[in-house]
Formats: sequence, structure tokens, C-alpha cells
Amino acid sequence: MITRPYAAAKRTLPFLDKLVEINWGLILLITLCACAGFAMLYSVAGGQFHPWALPQIIKFVVGFFILLAAAVVDVRVWMSLAYPAYGVALLLLVAVDVAGHVGLGAQRWIMLGPLELQPSELMKVSLVLALSRFLHGKSVEEVSKPLNLGIALGMIGIPALFVVLQPNLGTTLIIVADGASLLFLAGLSWWWIAPTLTAIAAAVPLAWRFVLHDYQKARVMTFLDPESDALGAGWNITQAKIAIGSGGATGKGFLQGTQSRLNFLPEKQTDFIWTSLCEEFGFVGALALLILFGMVIFYGVQTATSARSQFGRLLAMGITLNFFFYIMINGAMVMGLIPVVGIPMPLLSYGGSAMLTVMFGFGLLMSVHIHRQVEIPRHSGGII
Amino acid sequence: MPLFDKKDKSRYTIFTRRSLMMGGGMTAVFAVLAGRLYQLQIRDGAQYLTEAEDNRVSERVVAPPRGRIIDRFGVELANNRRNYRVLLVAEQASQGVVEAIDTIGKIILITDQQKKKILHDIAVNKKFAPIPVVENLSWDEFSRVNLHLPYLPGVLPDVGETRDYPFSSELVHILGYVAAVSPEDIGHDDDPLLSQPGYRIGKRGIEKTFDKEVRGEAGASRVEVNAYGRVIRELGHEPGVPGQDIYLTIDREIQQVMDKALEGQSAACVLMDVDNGDVLAMSSTPGFDPNLFNVGLNGEQWKALTTDDHKPLLNKVMGGVYPPGSTFKPAVALAAIEAGIATPDYHVHCNGVFNFGGHAFHCWQKRGHGSLDVVGGIKNSCDVFFYETARRVGIDKIEEAARKLGLGALTGIELPGEHNGLVPSRAWKQKTYRQAWQQGDTLSVGIGQGYVTVTPLQLCQQVARIASGKTVSPRLVHSVGNRVLERPKAEKLDFTDDALAKVREGMDKVMNEPGGTAYTWRISDPGMEMAGKTGTAQVRVYSQEEHEHGVTKDAKLDWKLRDHGLFIGFAPAANPKYAIVCVVEHGAVGHPQVVAARQVMLFAQQRDPKGKRAAYPVTAASAEPATSGTGGG
Repeated sequence: MITRPYAAAKRTLPFLDKLVEINWGLILLITLCACAGFAMLYSVAGGQFHPWALPQIIKFVVGFFILLAAAVVDVRVWMSLAYPAYGVALLLLVAVDVAGHVGLGAQRWIMLGPLELQPSELMKVSLVLALSRFLHGKSVEEVSKPLNLGIALGMIGIPALFVVLQPNLGTTLIIVADGASLLFLAGLSWWWIAPTLTAIAAAVPLAWRFVLHDYQKARVMTFLDPESDALGAGWNITQAKIAIGSGGATGKGFLQGTQSRLNFLPEKQTDFIWTSLCEEFGFVGALALLILFGMVIFYGVQTATSARSQFGRLLAMGITLNFFFYIMINGAMVMGLIPVVGIPMPLLSYGGSAMLTVMFGFGLLMSVHIHRQVEIPRHSGGII
Repeated sequence: MPLFDKKDKSRYTIFTRRSLMMGGGMTAVFAVLAGRLYQLQIRDGAQYLTEAEDNRVSERVVAPPRGRIIDRFGVELANNRRNYRVLLVAEQASQGVVEAIDTIGKIILITDQQKKKILHDIAVNKKFAPIPVVENLSWDEFSRVNLHLPYLPGVLPDVGETRDYPFSSELVHILGYVAAVSPEDIGHDDDPLLSQPGYRIGKRGIEKTFDKEVRGEAGASRVEVNAYGRVIRELGHEPGVPGQDIYLTIDREIQQVMDKALEGQSAACVLMDVDNGDVLAMSSTPGFDPNLFNVGLNGEQWKALTTDDHKPLLNKVMGGVYPPGSTFKPAVALAAIEAGIATPDYHVHCNGVFNFGGHAFHCWQKRGHGSLDVVGGIKNSCDVFFYETARRVGIDKIEEAARKLGLGALTGIELPGEHNGLVPSRAWKQKTYRQAWQQGDTLSVGIGQGYVTVTPLQLCQQVARIASGKTVSPRLVHSVGNRVLERPKAEKLDFTDDALAKVREGMDKVMNEPGGTAYTWRISDPGMEMAGKTGTAQVRVYSQEEHEHGVTKDAKLDWKLRDHGLFIGFAPAANPKYAIVCVVEHGAVGHPQVVAARQVMLFAQQRDPKGKRAAYPVTAASAEPATSGTGGG
């Protein structure tokens, strides 16, 4: 079945072969999604490349090279870098929390020269890497052992704690969802899963009472009844729904979206960018983008299931799920299905950190794809 | 240890199975997202599109030009003039709002009070909304601001429209004025124009009565606005319907003469066409400048208007109520003739006093008038004659005659605030005081005192009816736009021609026969002779001492305590065309009311507006074919 020369070698591949092995179809899909983003950023700026579309293109190009670079690096190298990456991300996270207490209000990023870095974004990828490496060494039975489960939960919980303190509920949810998904995929016993789900269901009222901030509660309340605060917090949801709905079947046409152009949409260039797309290109355009996203995810699942190493499988699936959670939360949020949480639409929303980490994630996915035939022993720590 | 063992295999199987489960979950989530998209965009798309349009499109009300008010010969009495004003857009004032106002203040005067108001307006409005800084600038001032415009960022010269009354106070009690809309106005009128900032609504006079007609219908400008309400562009424009012009029966030339004649007095005067009731001039003095109310009065001006004892805000013509005094005697005379009491042989002897019920009622002429018939009674205004006559006629007949002449009821003039006056009756007294009518009450009414009260306008209507023998009523408005207002057809008055002729003869002799009470002020121009009747309305109760030793002369009294002077008249005496009334409050000394009435009546006859063709765009005759089109006539 597999007759290519590198397949037999399994350990290393010539650089050129790696380029050939890159799934250029996926690259095309990603580029198409990003282009839809450029178009919408151009539109919401009133038909101008400034201030969002042009910087976004530059970020995408940078991200594109990060993707290629990450793709050609051997998956075992990524495996050996997993823990150090996690450590660095955790340190940065602590750093912004400390800086945030010194500064004013919620601090979510640090400046590295001109580059604005959001450690919580970095954490998502690092967690997937580290957790994949940790679970790679565990058999199905070992995953469910209390000690191992405790370590894994600690790896998830510590960063989640720092992010929730920022406070950034949306990213916390994604970090927890990413980690939990990896545990599930690694074979966690249903004896753990079922009681946990029950406990979570029971804990929701308690969390409401003791954990959530007032502004978070307000978001939930306005979500449940947007008209109760039609000119305040409910405004966002109401206006987003109007924007999407008014697009109709085929949309108002490129640059014709009145809701965004006249500033009725909040955060039109970031969290609500997909809303503008729905308004200008209608049901047809929005569905087309969902299909593109679906194809990317399908490719991710396929890569995961065809990789020959547990690390590669978990990594690919983790990256794919991370991408999926972004889309799910943002899509459901702007369409009024869940409360407003600050989660951008991947590849579409304006912003450096998210674009670079998403592209880096796809680079890792591509690396798994290129090195899908590489087998890694259960007790290996990667190569460096 | 082998590189891979069975444990790896089992976890690969689990991984693949669970990946596919998650793949299924993800597909389900995408299906939900797509379903929600369908729900929002396809199922409810039309509704959300409407909401988006509601967001985007705002209807701005466009005020149509207010209709003009024009006199019978085409003179504009109320019109709209350009309002040169300076607006300030706060967000564009790059040097700051206060600095911008101060800079404007160096070019044109801005008081501290104005400045405070401007800053308040700016504070409560959106930053992009133009706020008026100064209005009603002269062309000179406006040009100066324009000259400095390059140094005035955010300052916007603008030409608006505002109501103007070119003759100032002269016609104020007819026209009324416009002023800012009050909350009560909005309460019973949902016209969107009223909620426009700076909109003015008719508050008195014709401006109020015909406000709906002169207002016109609001136009609309459809504009695209952003989320903050700023106008992005205009999508469509609908100019609305301009207000209709109102054509009055007034002749401004006569009005001017009348106003001058009453200058300095607290007085009311009306000149009327005896045949159709056209009011040719109507004045109540002092007046005030209606333009002040449009621009907005300051506290001092308002206080001056409300505390003046000459009551400039009151239209005394129809809002002032006076005892008619001797001007009521023609009505009593008519009642007496109609009742068959004042026959040609009927005489009353006056010796200066009339004793009744142990009480002495004095005639104004202490010497007495001797024997008088009804014509002589009117000519001499003999009180004793009318005491006796009233006693014999009785209150019921007097009341009936007064009502036929239109007293005690609204004339129906097209102005708000008209008063009824009062013609007393037995039933009225019973109802009001729970007392039976006394003969003494009848005697007082017989000389126009006691319970009876009238407005000057009612007196004018009365004299016009006596002069013409028809049931004419005063009317101010000829037509609204292209519609001639219908007026009740004047019927023949329900008195015999003989009775009316006798009263007219008496009134003629008052002025034109030596010995008549107003002979001094006769018009001697041939063919213009005026007939009339003077009257004095007592405003205080005479003391017992005065009853015994004679009434204190008015000239020695405080102004407020002096009697009112009244006069009714018609001319020409032989063939009446015009009726006039003039009442001067506390002005009985020297009969200024007769002097003024004579002057106006003489001028009116010389000018003869009835003989001139009016400048109305439509006349009742020309409008007829249009209205009777379906009648097949």
C-alpha cells in the first residue's frame, strides 16, 4: 500500500519530500477562510484596507511561514519540546496576571517588542502539546489511574485557573474543553466520565452563586432575555441577530452591510466579524464558510486517525478540536445561542495572537500529517 | 521490550472510535449552527431586514412654510422672514465650545445669560447636533460672522425661517402670535411637527384658531443614520404641504388709523360692515409686539406685560366685559315699541328724579328733560324716560329684545377667548341668587346698569343689526386658502321696520341735532353723517353723600375709579354701511371714545373699503360653481 521510499525509513525524511507531502489542499482551505476574513475586514472598515485588512494580511503571511516551518519539523522534535513549551506558556501566563494586578483591570497580553502576545492563546497550543506527550506514554488502563489522571488534571487546571483569574471565561472554557477531550480520546474510563458530567450538572447552580462575576451573570441574564436590556448589554445580541437575519438568503452584497457600516454591530472587526459576513453574503455565504471550516475539521480528524503515533493522533485531534471549539463558541454566541463570551472566529477575526497560534496549530497538524508514518514507542520522549 | 505491544493496539482502537464519536458530535454542532442560520436568515429574514431598515433609516420631520395672514386688499399681516442664525456643532469646534462662543461674542453681542443657555443646550444634545448660538441676526451681523468663518471651526451660518409680524403690535389681538410648543399642546395633538425643536405654534388669535390650516402638513426627509444617530446621507425627501394662507376681512389702513386713535388709552374699538358682518378693523389697546413671543420674552418683559394695569395681553374687544350703560337704551327702546308701549303718543315726563319704592333714582340731567317721546328719550339719553319705560315693558320683553340683538351670547367671532356677557332674566336671578326678580332690577337694566354686561364686540353686533335690520354677526376670516368660509345667512331681524326706524332716528338725533348728547362730535361731511349713542359705565358704587349732593366728577378721581366711556354708532345715518363701537376704560372725561370713533368712521367712509374690490383669490361667487358642481345647477 505505502510504496514511497520515506515510508520505509520512518525515522527521517528529506526536506523536499516533506514539502511535497504537505497537504496543499488544506493550505488552500485555510487561505480561502482567511481571505473571507480579509474581505470582511475590508468591508467593515468602510471599504478600506486600513485599519484592519492590511495588518491582518501581513499577520496571515507571517503565520503562513510559521505554519510551513512547524510542518517540516519532525513530530518527535515537537514531542520533546512539549513540556518546555508548556512551562514557558505557564510562566508568561503568571507574568500577565501579576502585571494585570499592577496595572489596571483585565490584562491579557504582554508586549514582546512590537508583537502583542496573548499567553492564554499560546497556552491552548502548549497544553495540547504537553498533554499529548503525557498521554502518549500511558496505556488505556494507566490513563484512568488516579495518579495519572491527577497529573493530567493539574496540567489542565493550573493554566485554566490563571486564565479564569484574568478574567477570561471564554478561553478558560476552551482550555478545559481541549484537555478534557484529550483525556477522553486517550481512553479515559466511562466510570470517570459519567460521574464527572453528573457532578458538573450539579455544580452549575453553585458556580452561579459563588464563582461567577457580576458581569458574567449579567451576560447570562441578558442572553436569556435580551429584550430586558435592549439598549445595554442585550444590544450586542439583538444587533448581531438583526445583522445576521437581515442578510437573508443571499445577503445584502459586499460592502452593503448596513449594520456593520453604521456601527450597529459591536466589536465588528473581532468577535462579531462573522456577523458581517452573514449580513453581506447571506445564508449561502455563511453556509459556504461553515462548509470550508467543516472540511478543515474533517481533514484534521482524518490526519489524527491515520497517524501511527499516539502523540501524533492526540496532537492532531487536539488542534482540530481547539479550532472547532472556537467556531462553535463564536458562532453560537453571535447567533444568540449562548451568552456573549469573548471568543474570536478563527482565521476571520482581527487579531495577531489568535491568527499566529491558529496557524502554528495548523503547522503542528501538518507536521503530524507529514510524519504520519513515524512510529514512536510508548516510553519515548521524542528526539532532540 | 518490544517497540509496540497489545496495549498500544487497544488504545488506537479506542482513539479511533472516540475520534469518530467526536467527529459525529462536531457534525451535530455544525448542523445546529446551520439550522440556526436557516432560522435567522431564511425563516425570520424578512422580519430582521425590517428591523435593520428601522435601525438604518430615520424619518426626519420637515416643517412646511406657515401660511400667511393677509388683509382684504392683499397686505401681508403675518408672513415668514428669513432667520439669519449661527449654529455651533460641538464636536467640530476644535478650539473648544466655550472658546468658540467667546470668539463669536467678539463679532456679535452674546450676553452671559445667552451663553449659559447655549452651553446648556450643547450639554443636553448630541455632539454632532447643530445648536443655535444666535438667531434673528441682521444681514450686517450675519455677513460679519461669515467673514470670520475661516477662524471659526464648528460654526455654521444658517438661514432658517421664522414668523414675522410686520406691523408689530397693531394687529396683535386679531393675529395672536406663535410661540414655543408647551407640553399641554402636545397632549391633544399628535402632529409630529410639534415635537420638532424650535417649532412654533399659534397661541392666540387667528394663529391659534386656524393653527391647523396655516401649519400645513409635515414633510419628511428619509435619512440614513448610524448607531449614534448621526445623519450619513439623505435617502429621500417629501416636502409636505405648505400651510394655507388666511384672508381676513380686515382693512389694514383703517386698522392703522384706529390703532393710532386709541393710542395711550386702555380701549377697544371695532368697525364692522353692517350688511355682511365683515370686521374691517378691530383694535384693543395697549397691544404688544407679537414678535417678542416668537423670539422668546425675557422675565422683565413678561412681568411688564402681566402687571400693566392697562392689560395689554387682554383682547378687550371680546374678552373685556362692561356694563353697556346708555348704549343699552336703544335695545330697551326697541322692546318698548315692539311691546306696544312706546306708541307715537307715548311720552314720559322727566323732572330729574324718578321715585320708586321709596327710593329716588336720579337722571344724569338734574334739571330734568321735560316731556319726551322715544326718539327724544334716546336723543337726550334720559334716564327717567328709560326707568319708566323699562318698568312698564318689564324684564322679559327687554331680555327678548336684547337677545334678538345678539347680546348675552357669543358672536361666534373666529378668535379664542370670547366672553358671553350677560343678559339677566327672572330665571337667571332665581338660579344664581335664589332670589325673585325685583322691579328695581329692571330699572337698573333699563339704563344699562345692574346685572347686564356686554363685550364691545356684542355692542358692535347690536348696532350693526339695528342699522341694517338684519341678523348680521361679526366675521374676521373671508377665506382659508382657496376655500371661502361659509357664514350664516343674515335674516331679517325680528323687529318691525317702524321700531328700527324710530331707534335709528333717535340715534341720528343724538349726533346730528343740536341738543343731542353727542352733537359736539357730529360728522358734518354731507352723506357721511354718523348716528350713535354714548354710554357711561359706572365702575364704583356711588356713596350716599354723592347720591345726595351730586356725583364726584371723574377728573378728580383716580384713573382706576373713573367711569368707562362707551360709544356705538353707524354711518351714513341715512343709509348705514358701517357700524362702530368704541369703549375707553375709565375714559368718560372728554369722551375720548367718541372722538376716536368719529375719527375712524370718517376715515373709513372716505376710504370706503366696501366700494373697493377686495383682493381675495376666490370669492363666494367664483367658488360657487366648484362647490355646486354635482348639483347640476
